[in-house]
Amino acid sequence: MRTDCNAFLGAYPWRKVPGTSADALRKALDRTKIDVAWVTHLPSLFWRDPTEGNAWLYETARTEKRFKPVPTVHPALTGWEQVLADAANAGAPAVRCDPLYLGLEPAGGEMRVLAAACSAARLPLLLAVRLEDGRQRHPNDEVGELPAAAVRALVRSDPDLRLIVTHADRAFVEEVHFGSTPEEARRIWWDICWIWGPPEDHLATLLDTIGADRFVFGTGQPLRLPENSIAKLDLLDLPADQRAAIESKNIQELVA
Amino acid sequence: MLIDVHAHFYHQRTPRADWRERNASRLRAGEKIGISIHVASILGSFGFTSPTYFPSPRDVTAGNDALLSLQRAHPDRIRGLVCVNPNYTAHARAEIVRCLDAGMIGIKLAASRRADDRLLDPIGVLARERRVPVLQHIWQHRRRDWSGQEASDAVELCTLARRHPDVPFILAHIGGGGDWLHSLHAVGAAGGGDVPNVYVDLSGSGVDGGMLEACLESVGASRLLWGSDITMDTGWAKLRYLESFLGKEELALVRWKNAARIFPPGAFPAD
Repeated sequence: MRTDCNAFLGAYPWRKVPGTSADALRKALDRTKIDVAWVTHLPSLFWRDPTEGNAWLYETARTEKRFKPVPTVHPALTGWEQVLADAANAGAPAVRCDPLYLGLEPAGGEMRVLAAACSAARLPLLLAVRLEDGRQRHPNDEVGELPAAAVRALVRSDPDLRLIVTHADRAFVEEVHFGSTPEEARRIWWDICWIWGPPEDHLATLLDTIGADRFVFGTGQPLRLPENSIAKLDLLDLPADQRAAIESKNIQELVA
Repeated sequence: MLIDVHAHFYHQRTPRADWRERNASRLRAGEKIGISIHVASILGSFGFTSPTYFPSPRDVTAGNDALLSLQRAHPDRIRGLVCVNPNYTAHARAEIVRCLDAGMIGIKLAASRRADDRLLDPIGVLARERRVPVLQHIWQHRRRDWSGQEASDAVELCTLARRHPDVPFILAHIGGGGDWLHSLHAVGAAGGGDVPNVYVDLSGSGVDGGMLEACLESVGASRLLWGSDITMDTGWAKLRYLESFLGKEELALVRWKNAARIFPPGAFPAD
């Protein structure tokens, strides 16, 4: 069983990306033997009201049992509470909010209110540190990367909030994990897509220092090749139970 | 056969206390991936006693010596690229001759001097005489200077390559940061800037969807070289993706045949 908690559908505004359709994602899942993909509507991350993409997302997810919708919530837009309720009613495993893409303070008042509401709704909140390597972004793509301090502040803002952070590198993970209490750190899950394998062995180091229970399988596809996250795991000599935990068990327990 | 044209090793006189573990990790991962030969370079002291991209002559020599030792210790798996700092022309030329005579198979230019600078011409001449390729560190679409290096981009490399049309130049790590599309326009016929003696190395941490398709569209499978640089997982991912749609012969070109064509005869076991 392999669950990708970090996948997208739809076009990217800053460059041509192949494989953004639902059919293409199905083929990619077949190719990489991924059983479930948590999907977000990519174009609407860049819309003034990103929730306008959620209806399409729900409809598309209904066409493929392997797709699980992760809709976007914008906590500065009136009616966001209903968007969150809709997500819960639709069986979304999580909701996402990438504050810097929405022009919000990453740990400001709106985000804290959203964090509390996610906690009350028992929905994990998913955030990306980045979507692309900062060195290659379009000259007009000036959105900042999510600061580690914001993740620390958010997880402290509500004692029941659960966060899934994607596209974080080793330094980011370490800063947040060891800058949090053990109780806080247990409420954060990290996807592996941006963590380096050998010879630097960042993923192996993190699994040793932080533990496999904090990591989940994510790819960032189709912006990134999903083969990468599988290759990282194949390059580790992980016991079967640890690999299964990263590939699906941790995320299943998170949403159970 | 699988040749990694862009590998690095560390040695004792670098800031890395874990240099042995990193070297061992590369070889261990190489076994899992199926890498037949790691074509590697060492950039001086990697910042220990002179900057990584501006290595002193003494550090250049020490790094190359360390790599020669590794090549001797692993003759079945490691080949060396002579790293030089072109600002020290006489030393660079002497180092190239010394290390090629000792068994290295190519030249590594990092970011000590802009690629289109005339100061690199003596190195191009020597590469032609010795019939070895030059791997040039590239910042894909450098829009400004970055501290710590005098990086070049593909347009600048192409200027050098046009002055030395008989020398194969390897455009380093297309996935290593920066706008790879800018580079592919510069080197490929599709972008109008075809420079046939420039080859594209697929290494780097970037695994962008669409990047490999753009590489194939730009220069075709006959000018792509597989490599990893300092993230072997991303290298393996790109190889796996190519395996999903390239034909057997095209895949062999990327895996090793193109490398075997541009490196000296006998550089690799199956030659």
